[in-house]
Amino acid sequence: MHEAIFAHELRKTYPREVRALDGLSMAAEPGTIFALAGPNGAGKSTTVKILTTLSRPDSGEAQVAGIDVLRHPDRVRRSIGVVGQKTGATPEATGRENLVMQGEIYGLTGRPLRQRVGELLACFQLQEAADRSTKTYSGGMRRRLDVALGLVNRPQVLFLDEPTTGLDPDARTELWHEIERLAGEEEMTILLTTHYLDEADRLADQLAIVDHGRIVAQGTPEALKSELRGDALQVELAEPPSEGRVQAALDSLSGLSEIAIDQNVVRARAEHGASAIPAALNALEREGLSAASVVLARPSLDDVYLRHAGRVYHENGREAA
Amino acid sequence: MKPLRHTWQVTLRYLRALFRQPAWIGITLIQPMIWLLLFGALFKSVARIPGFHGGSYIEFLTPGLIVMLAISSAGWSGMAFIEDMNIGVMDRFLVSPIWRGALNAGSVAQQVIIIGVQSLIVVGLSLAVGGHFPNGAGGVAILIGVSALLGASFASLSNALALVVRQRESLIGAVTSVTLPLTFLSGAFIQQSLAPGWIQSVARFNPVNWAVQAGRSAAAQHTDWNLVATRTGLLAGLLLVSAWLATRSFRAYQRSI
Repeated sequence: MHEAIFAHELRKTYPREVRALDGLSMAAEPGTIFALAGPNGAGKSTTVKILTTLSRPDSGEAQVAGIDVLRHPDRVRRSIGVVGQKTGATPEATGRENLVMQGEIYGLTGRPLRQRVGELLACFQLQEAADRSTKTYSGGMRRRLDVALGLVNRPQVLFLDEPTTGLDPDARTELWHEIERLAGEEEMTILLTTHYLDEADRLADQLAIVDHGRIVAQGTPEALKSELRGDALQVELAEPPSEGRVQAALDSLSGLSEIAIDQNVVRARAEHGASAIPAALNALEREGLSAASVVLARPSLDDVYLRHAGRVYHENGREAA
Repeated sequence: MKPLRHTWQVTLRYLRALFRQPAWIGITLIQPMIWLLLFGALFKSVARIPGFHGGSYIEFLTPGLIVMLAISSAGWSGMAFIEDMNIGVMDRFLVSPIWRGALNAGSVAQQVIIIGVQSLIVVGLSLAVGGHFPNGAGGVAILIGVSALLGASFASLSNALALVVRQRESLIGAVTSVTLPLTFLSGAFIQQSLAPGWIQSVARFNPVNWAVQAGRSAAAQHTDWNLVATRTGLLAGLLLVSAWLATRSFRAYQRSI
């Protein structure tokens, strides 16, 4: 059986030497949700653009639904649905008009088209707003319409590029339910990109963390988290420490690893969280560093990101050293 | 079948957007009136210049104005493309099996419809203020036809440019610095034989002048059918090249994203 999505050593450099992809490879099984997570500029959207035939890589190969993306882009286009980062709906047209036009593009006409549009409007709770200009839609409604547009042709593979960015929490949860339903009942393969690690954790069967144009870690969210032994220890210092003092204090302690400093926040992995706290606080105190707060947490995907990308995860895409 | 269906869908989409903007409809209706009355009054004495033989100035002006309005509305066609790129619609189309040619052809068809409506308004106004069309409806149809041909080329070139520059400001700069000079380097407002020699030489290579010559001759008495045929042929050739260029430009756009 073919993988639903397969990419091998994709490379792409934009003008002015901006390297977007640096040998990215991935594979997604049919009927699963595969998430590409990482900060803005990591290469997630470029990957989606290549897999959806919008853009071409400098080198590498890719197949979607078993079809070569570079050799048969037209055939790929018929088998996929794409929900881009921007809305993609015509603001002056109504929801129904948008869906009808999308159906016509895929060759649907007459009764089957009307039926399909009706189904989608019902499925995404857009019936009441169906004949209103989409300019009047709320953010959540517009996003639901975008997903509906991506589904008109009953795609085998659905691409969702940051589907929940900018949505309020309620709309976000609603869309999550919808995505889970599509993968479950409709047996669609879904490639999702997100810069929210909690979203990837919640939805993905397989998760790949993308950083600087390549995948730095891949597996189920559970496996990735359990690879991290121990708890995450986070100490907020009263004031930012000078160079090297935190290392001097903590390096000698056994059971602490992966020590990272971001301004006045110190993060480390602790084999035995409970006993690590007093030891770490004592050691810091001896160096004259007083703690303002201490947090101990079970591993999260943020920790997975920190471990593999070597940086603290910031959702807005800025990176801390 | 598929190219036609897709083209119609794209045209419908643009027309829908336009007809839901009452302000746009108002401007489109009022603009021809302003130009016709303004230029008609401003250049009225042109008809008294020795050597002018175009009858009344209104009669002379009407074909020139129809051509000018055609390029000044079609020239902005690319703005809708840029808007589509900004809101994500262009990308949605490009990952769908839509025929690439339909994206340009649909936009061009919409421009042609606008040109047709605007031209009829000008013709009506012109008749109302005392203009005549000696060749009747046939002559007027040819006049509007060549204006639409020229407008279709301008729309295609504007779309092509939009796909390459992708910036409103650049497109505005290019359109304004092309349409006005080309209009004044043609016989739209002044009989060519009264213009300086160098303008006459330049005008021979100016597509706007081709349309003005063919349209005016077709609408007037003593039509030079040879002139109408050759200029129409040149305009058709220009349209083929422009449409090909616009469809090709999608590749340039896709390379840049």
